[in-house]
Amino acid sequence: MHLGRVIGTVVATEKTPDLEGVRFLIVQPLTRDLANRGRPVIAADGVHMAGPGELIYYVGSREAAQAMPEPFVPVDHAVVGIVDQLAVEPLPAVKKSAARRPAAKKSSAKKPEPKE
Amino acid sequence: MKIGRVAGTVVSTISASIFDHQRLLFCDLLTPSGEPTGDYTIAVDVVDAGAGETVLILDEGTGARQIMGQTVAPIRAVVVGIIDEIDL
Repeated sequence: MHLGRVIGTVVATEKTPDLEGVRFLIVQPLTRDLANRGRPVIAADGVHMAGPGELIYYVGSREAAQAMPEPFVPVDHAVVGIVDQLAVEPLPAVKKSAARRPAAKKSSAKKPEPKE
Repeated sequence: MKIGRVAGTVVSTISASIFDHQRLLFCDLLTPSGEPTGDYTIAVDVVDAGAGETVLILDEGTGARQIMGQTVAPIRAVVVGIIDEIDL
């Protein structure tokens, strides 16, 4: 599952009978930092409560159809939850010691100041 | 199966019923050498994994539903193990 932001809705009157009553949302996939990632997708609303602007998580592929009341429907993305709280640690700096070095230099440069 | 590192949790009250009373973990996916691939997944926790732990993630629907004891559910990713060591 991935994070996404609901950016709109899609209304289709003529559709395959199994999709009667299913709401469709335009979902912008997001990165871990909540930046846009790739193109928006059209996802069925599996929670019946998601609306534009909301941070959600969605499931793709065949599992998406199983979020629907009738599980064998032509749906390839479905919103399966609305995010209330997201607590994500920043990515650990792996093999980025080069990025740390300037900071270390700054701290060492500051140290003489109090001595003066 | 994928290797990931637990970066945090996702809290959600309005969700598909399969996620009721389940912990959702936000996992950064890793290469076998332990570097982040840049991708992530949100997975259900069945092994009580904590933040910072390297975990084994099943990303396949049928197996995930089998673990959750369901035949029909919109679930695909499950944290199924905590990795102690990777030997390359």
